[in-house]
Amino acid sequence: MTDTTAARTIDRSQMQVSDEVAIEISNMNKWYGSFHVLRDIDLTVYRGERIVICGPSGSGKSTLIRCINRLEEHQAGKIVVDGIELTSDLKNIDKIRSEVGMCFQHFNLFPHLTILENCTLAPIWVRKTPKREAEEIAMHFLEKVKIPEQAHKYPGQLSGGQQQRVAIARSLCMKPRIMLFDEPTSALDPEMIKEVLDTMIELAEEGMTMLCVTHEMGFARQVANRVIFMDQGQIVEQNEPEAFFKNPKSDRTKLFLSQILGH
Amino acid sequence: MSDTHAQTVSFVRESMIPQSEPPAGNRGAVLWMRENLFSGWFNIITTLISLYVIWWALSHTMPWVIRGIWDASSLTECREIRDATLPEGTSAACWAVLTDRWQQLMFGFYPRELYWRPVLSLIIFLAAIAPVLFPHTPRKALALTAISPFVMFWLLWGGSVWFPVSVALGFVLGWAAWRALAPLAGTLIASIVAAALPIIYWLYTAGPLARELEQAVALSIEYVPSQDFGGFMLSFIIGIAGIILSLPLGILLALGRQSDLFIINKISVGFIEIIRGVPLIVWLFTASLLLNYFLPPGTNFDLMLRVIIMVTLFAAAYIAEVVRGGLAALPKGQYEGADSLGLSYWQSMRLIILPQALKISIPGIVNTFIGLFKDTTLVVFIGLLDPIGLSNAIRASTEWNGIYWELFVFIGLLFFICCFSMSRYSLYLEKKLQRGHN
Repeated sequence: MTDTTAARTIDRSQMQVSDEVAIEISNMNKWYGSFHVLRDIDLTVYRGERIVICGPSGSGKSTLIRCINRLEEHQAGKIVVDGIELTSDLKNIDKIRSEVGMCFQHFNLFPHLTILENCTLAPIWVRKTPKREAEEIAMHFLEKVKIPEQAHKYPGQLSGGQQQRVAIARSLCMKPRIMLFDEPTSALDPEMIKEVLDTMIELAEEGMTMLCVTHEMGFARQVANRVIFMDQGQIVEQNEPEAFFKNPKSDRTKLFLSQILGH
Repeated sequence: MSDTHAQTVSFVRESMIPQSEPPAGNRGAVLWMRENLFSGWFNIITTLISLYVIWWALSHTMPWVIRGIWDASSLTECREIRDATLPEGTSAACWAVLTDRWQQLMFGFYPRELYWRPVLSLIIFLAAIAPVLFPHTPRKALALTAISPFVMFWLLWGGSVWFPVSVALGFVLGWAAWRALAPLAGTLIASIVAAALPIIYWLYTAGPLARELEQAVALSIEYVPSQDFGGFMLSFIIGIAGIILSLPLGILLALGRQSDLFIINKISVGFIEIIRGVPLIVWLFTASLLLNYFLPPGTNFDLMLRVIIMVTLFAAAYIAEVVRGGLAALPKGQYEGADSLGLSYWQSMRLIILPQALKISIPGIVNTFIGLFKDTTLVVFIGLLDPIGLSNAIRASTEWNGIYWELFVFIGLLFFICCFSMSRYSLYLEKKLQRGHN
């Protein structure tokens, strides 16, 4: 995998992990029909942590972060986000979803709305922010992801990298306390990966709690404070990036790393 | 060949080539004709044959249309004029039947001195529908659109103004109940109460209330019973009411069919399959004959209203399937994107899913609407006097006995104008909703 972020020095002054628990997952299990996708997941995420989750395809990493905002339902165990337990109570689910931002592999922007409308929709309807104020917030975040001039275009008129940055801005407009990234650069042309990673690095520098499923090992090495390796629905190994890449303990991790870094 | 080095493998471009126009012969009408009509011997032959067929068809029909006689009071008189003015053996249309009976074709047996009422209703309808169809009309006009059905109802049937007012009050009641209960008791309870309260009100309170109000302040215009309605007015009323009511019902059924809630899902599926599986004519007979057996004795449920309900339910089943197709065409990511932002089910449907699904379904929806509008001619079989029914009545009179083509050409032309306008509107809408590449 290309090391796209190496050129940038990272400001770590804000990147501090606190003792406050942001997400608490204990003994969580999930099945698709009779297929056991997630097995006994235990994971505590503290506020300010940047966690990268990697693993082979089908290992359950996307499913895991999609459980955190209930895009997928877990069948056993417990997930507590910001002190609220995820149950089938719709009010709790909507509350958690409005506090947790998510970026998808395929962006999932709303093609019938302009970039600005994409960004103001949730603040207006979920947070009941007045339209003008929502637009100011949206322009602020669009400037932050460096595409304010595209505000009145439609998603279909933007490049993949620009669309993904809009998707990040759209999530940020809800002022989330936690951001989930589900392979945000996997659908992008190589030329566009960097602009998206730069945006994510900036977020990390501001102290955002982040969980990223990604194959960008350069990003993991520089930004993450913890790397989690998953296989067959289980957390196989987790460590600080330095130790994880230099000195992987399990054979499965070694094999995985040799395959993705070995060319 | 200044900046290329064709002999060597290594190549560096030193200047970029700017955009330029295509060659002159590849543009314009001449090119179009050469490409589409005369591009080869086979194409030339088919073009010539097509031109001959068009000429042949027009040369046989147009003289009949143009020579047509407009001023006569019966078919016999028409024929006399034709024989007197045209050479023997030439045919000519007798358009006089239209000048003589057009009012009947348009309004049926609606009282002649009250024709202004349906005409005014049509004008109100066009004004009310404009803000719905064309987004650049002022948004405030939508409030008038909401009142217009009651005004039109009053104008068409007449009677006391308090009847439509008390019916409208039911909607206000439901809306108020929803606004009051939704924050307190949750969406489910609020929507049940908001649906049940108006129904109870309409069944028990609305009628007496209207009578009381009429006694207090008498405000009524001449009542016209449904039996007097006919012609295109009847087709329009049934067609337009059916179209407007079936769209929301169809959307709800489509959402119901996608729902995870077992009962709602099964009710929607059952409704759609049963309604769609039985011919419309059977439902119309049910409306005209069987429904009376099921209704409590003594209730006089207007036949036209029953027909409108049946046509609406029938079209809604089709709309539901068309919209379901649109919903299925949306990528799963759109649902997830909406969910991940914390939008509620109804918010995500209204703001994200339906605008896109309906856009995809426009051709199918308009197709259903056109079908519904033409199917209104089936009401002739249950004794309502739509244009076809009136054409039979006109031919039954001694003056116009034996006339066919002129009436059917006229009826066909009017239906064609309406259906073609709907089709053009749908194209306009599709084009307007085009968004970049997606």
